[in-house]
Amino acid sequence: MPLAIEVHNLVHKYGEVTAVNGIDLEVSEGECFGLLGPNGAGKTTTVEILEGLLEPTSGVVRVLGQTWNGDANALRQRLGIALQETTLADRLTVREIVILFRSFHDHGVDPDEVLATVALTDKKDDWVMKLSGGQKQRLAIACALVGDPDLLFLDEPTTGLDPQARRDLWEVVGNVVRRGKTCLLTTHYMEEAERLCHRVAIVDKGKVIALGTPAELIGRVGGSQVLEFGSVPEMTAEALEGLPGVREVRQVLDRWRLTVDAAHEAVPALLDRLQRSGANLTALSTHQASLDDVFVVLTGRTLRGDA
Amino acid sequence: MSPGTQEPPITPDAATPVPTPAVPTPPARIWSPLWELVLARLREFFREPAAIFWTYGFPTVLALALGVAFSGGTDPKAIPIAVLDGPRQAARVEVLQQDPALGVVAVSEDEARRRFQGARIVLAVGGDDEARFLFDPTNPEADATRRRVDDLLQRAAGRKDAVATRTDLVQAPGSRYIDFLIPGLIGMNVMSSSMWGIGYALVEARKRKLLKRLAATPMKRSHFVGSFLIARMVFLVTEVAAILAFAVPVFDVQFQGSILAAALLSIAGAMAFAGLGLVAASRTTSTETVSGLMNIIMLPMFVLSGVFFSASHFPDWMQTFIRPLPLTLLNDGLRAVINEGAGLGDVALPLLALTGGALLTLTVGLRWFRWT
Repeated sequence: MPLAIEVHNLVHKYGEVTAVNGIDLEVSEGECFGLLGPNGAGKTTTVEILEGLLEPTSGVVRVLGQTWNGDANALRQRLGIALQETTLADRLTVREIVILFRSFHDHGVDPDEVLATVALTDKKDDWVMKLSGGQKQRLAIACALVGDPDLLFLDEPTTGLDPQARRDLWEVVGNVVRRGKTCLLTTHYMEEAERLCHRVAIVDKGKVIALGTPAELIGRVGGSQVLEFGSVPEMTAEALEGLPGVREVRQVLDRWRLTVDAAHEAVPALLDRLQRSGANLTALSTHQASLDDVFVVLTGRTLRGDA
Repeated sequence: MSPGTQEPPITPDAATPVPTPAVPTPPARIWSPLWELVLARLREFFREPAAIFWTYGFPTVLALALGVAFSGGTDPKAIPIAVLDGPRQAARVEVLQQDPALGVVAVSEDEARRRFQGARIVLAVGGDDEARFLFDPTNPEADATRRRVDDLLQRAAGRKDAVATRTDLVQAPGSRYIDFLIPGLIGMNVMSSSMWGIGYALVEARKRKLLKRLAATPMKRSHFVGSFLIARMVFLVTEVAAILAFAVPVFDVQFQGSILAAALLSIAGAMAFAGLGLVAASRTTSTETVSGLMNIIMLPMFVLSGVFFSASHFPDWMQTFIRPLPLTLLNDGLRAVINEGAGLGDVALPLLALTGGALLTLTVGLRWFRWT
């Protein structure tokens, strides 16, 4: 498949600070690609270089087959961009803003159609200052979509939104992605990357530290689900390792933590084993292994930045 | 763990790409980017009540207040004088009261001296057979008043004039204070609205990252700059019209010269100040900084360039600096046209100077300009 984005050994320095320290990326057409990492990892710097807003210190960047040294405006015609936290004019209506952005593009989509896509039809005559945070972000995405771009950049589209607004936005972006729009998205929410992205690059301190589909990356922590339980009397590791689908067994304080392929197979087997050993269950919980677990395994830190 | 992880992902797996539906045919409607940008500027301005007041209301209120305070023409206030206590006080009061131009009070000398201190009287008359005048020689009105009072007293005592005289009053159009003030207010308004309208708006847009967002679109830079200048023209016409629409009927200010010359001067002035605003805003990221910068540029001109009083009051050595200031050029040019009936040729020099200034500041401002 042709490449929408090609980045080789990208470096960007702000004075003494190296924000991007040798990043390589390849994004195919039709793919939704995620840059996942904590604040300050170099995601936004990378995206702004790709958008032609920043000159890289060194490295090769090709967007839709072109470099930014060529006809920049012809390239911009084909890009849709939603920057991190842009406040568009307060006293223009939603529809006026979308029409303004539509007017910059030679080809594009009807503004009213885009407003329907981002579920802002009801708000089209409201001033921007009256919109909620989530509505403002959906407007930013409408402005990015109205030029019918070949490549869409979404820089932290849900940062600062409440959970419901975030879900609404995922719905909107998910629909766009499903229609096959090539998309580069940055986020520090692992859930967002898992839901929206075909492939994810985990970025930390200006470098890509892991790359793959969310499933592949999660696979690296071993198993797709994590099962945690406690019992009286306590079980031994030998008794648990033989259970079907158990990848890894680890004791954490008085609990056992099993990384398993499928909880629906492991749970009945575990209950059966406990019963035969005459042990009583004191606690049981499961959660899906996530990119957050991957980040913890790779860096020893969480995505939220706490140690 | 986040609660949402249990829900099925809405993204298809990369291995099974979803067929792309046919792209909807682009609508026939074409929007002009320049026109949409101009519309956005106009809408943002006219939807902001504070901006409307400062642009249209404030100069009008100022013209009204200053016009009323200094309107010498229609109903001059009587000149306050005192007749001091003494045997001839009553007779002198009677004589002097016949002149409506004088406001006469009868007081003691001590009281009169107190009134001099507060500038509440201009002249005092005392003495017995020999009239005695008290006045402050630095007050230009006082000596004229002394002669007037002297004349009245001499005639009342029986002096005959050697020559018969007659007075014809000449009220030259454009010579009142309000006539002086109105072109100055227009100039001041052109300066402050052009500078704020460009400088503040640009920095605000940069602060909000709107400039960065626009730089990421295929928008032509010339359309963006052009929209500011075109919108400025619209505001300029309405601002000047608002001041004139008030001053002409209320104060009977008469437009003596070429309307074309005044219009071109205003346009060149507005562009020069827009350029200064652009320079001030070209790299500034905080609205506080740009406000400070623009005040540093504007404040000297408010004082020196003859808005409220003539710049000619300043000493000669300062004129070298004051005359080339853009607001001095604009104010003097507008006064020449509006009050003295100058034509286009008479104001060619300030017009060229302002146009040159506009080209220079706009070029420098665009060269320095940063979108991020």
